[in-house]
Amino acid sequence: MAYGNLETLYRQVIMDHYKNPRNKGLKGDESFYTVHIKNPTCGDDLTIQIKVEDGRITEIYQDGVGCSISMSSASVMSETVKGMKIEDAIKVIDNYVHMVKGEAFDENLDMGDAIVYQGVSQFPQRFKCATIAWNALSKAIEKHLNCPYHKDEE
Amino acid sequence: MDVHSIRKDFYILVNSDLVYLDNAASSLKPKPVIDMINFYNERLGVNVHRGVYRLSHEATELYEGAREKVAKLLNCRFEEVVFTRGTSSALNLVASSLGMQIIELGDEIITSELEHHSSMLPWQNVARKKNAKLVFVPLDEDKRITVENFKKVLSDKTKVVALNYISNAMGYITPIKEIIRLAHEKGAIVIVDSAQAAPHMPIDVKDLDCDFLAFSGHKMCGPTGIGVLYGKHHLLQTMEPVEFGGDMIDTVELSCATFKETPYKFETGTPIIGGAIGLGAAIDYINSIGYDFIMQQDNILRDYMLQEMKNINGITIYNPKTDTGIVSFNIDGVHPHDAATVFDQENVAIRAGHHCAQPLMRCLNQVATIRASTYFYNTKEDIDRFIQAIHKAKAFFDSFI
Repeated sequence: MAYGNLETLYRQVIMDHYKNPRNKGLKGDESFYTVHIKNPTCGDDLTIQIKVEDGRITEIYQDGVGCSISMSSASVMSETVKGMKIEDAIKVIDNYVHMVKGEAFDENLDMGDAIVYQGVSQFPQRFKCATIAWNALSKAIEKHLNCPYHKDEE
Repeated sequence: MDVHSIRKDFYILVNSDLVYLDNAASSLKPKPVIDMINFYNERLGVNVHRGVYRLSHEATELYEGAREKVAKLLNCRFEEVVFTRGTSSALNLVASSLGMQIIELGDEIITSELEHHSSMLPWQNVARKKNAKLVFVPLDEDKRITVENFKKVLSDKTKVVALNYISNAMGYITPIKEIIRLAHEKGAIVIVDSAQAAPHMPIDVKDLDCDFLAFSGHKMCGPTGIGVLYGKHHLLQTMEPVEFGGDMIDTVELSCATFKETPYKFETGTPIIGGAIGLGAAIDYINSIGYDFIMQQDNILRDYMLQEMKNINGITIYNPKTDTGIVSFNIDGVHPHDAATVFDQENVAIRAGHHCAQPLMRCLNQVATIRASTYFYNTKEDIDRFIQAIHKAKAFFDSFI
């Protein structure tokens, strides 16, 4: 059978990030905002950490276990938003979620390599895998916005 | 018995190229069962036990007739069959009623790391609340429960033994009869999770002498939302109800109430009428197929599947000595969920995950596995397509190395 569909899901970029994850490993630095997310049904388990300085994500780390879609997207996400202003990161998260759901999204918004996850929209069963890292980022940003000067206790 | 004529009873097998190998999660539903559920909903659709009119009487006959069919299937008394939502709610009923009544500080409850969460967690909860101790049968090198290892944890403190009859993740048949005999010597009560056994092998509760046994309808050609708790009559009699309300009472005063006899005191509210009637039809269907044929099919398909899988390099089978048609494996270097997407592209339905058995996954040092599980309507052609899908998944992910 034609594997066209499958190849739109598993792009070379994705498998590269899966096998060579970027920004992997956590820091024991309490100035980071840390978020840990688990998906108990499939066993995906991911932690992300961001440092916010002058309204920008200056550092980001991620670590976890899971399938290639969830783990690679954590790596891609970390590269995409590193150095980004918080308000721009929020726009990218929103745009990304619309894209993987198969909804209308802004194709002109620069999302870096995250654009390769467009194929997920044809695999609704894998939507959760593709969004776990972005949900974690969203929660970390929320933590920062709720408490911008707070030293993280996790 | 001819598999190809049996397959005609299953709409989805006739009208698609689906290879269905997720039978340990749920079986497909044959037409006679669906027809019976439709008959109840369309022609009767009324409540049981209370209406004096003819329709209600007819519905009651069918509902209680289903209980009779279960009693025959298990070789027990009519009053010993309690209808529940499924195996999980049946096992929970025993723990939250009998468990909370009899377990005391320092008592020991034996279970295993091979259990489905539904067999173990209700007792973990009782143990926590009562400061009792949860004790795990050490699994052997194949991750199997053995009589020998059971003896190592059985003691005078053992009050309850909660174990599976067939493991949902590994397909092993537990030597439950001997375990029950030994447990009874210590006066312990034995609860058998038979969710995987009831669809695949005949069960005689008199012969096993188990105290409780639970199974679900939907894994044996019946509908979802119906299950059975078998309990020895004298034990059910001593158990207090955990849900109170309609249909389960005898007399209600303002400050107290008395309850109906077993099993009705456990069936609060309008019962699962359509579900039970559907289960009755499923039991008739299974009997028409026959357990001999079901077991023979499972064995033939299991042997063929293992033989074909052993020829594939780069896969790890976790239960090569499985007793049933349940095979757990992984493709080396490929996460089971990634593999599962390729299987889905091939229209081969398998399960990828922890199979509600996280402690076992830890024993296997795996986050998850792929599980293929057969039933009597599967064919060797199904296994061929499944094997092809493994090759395709391997080739696809190898291309990225």
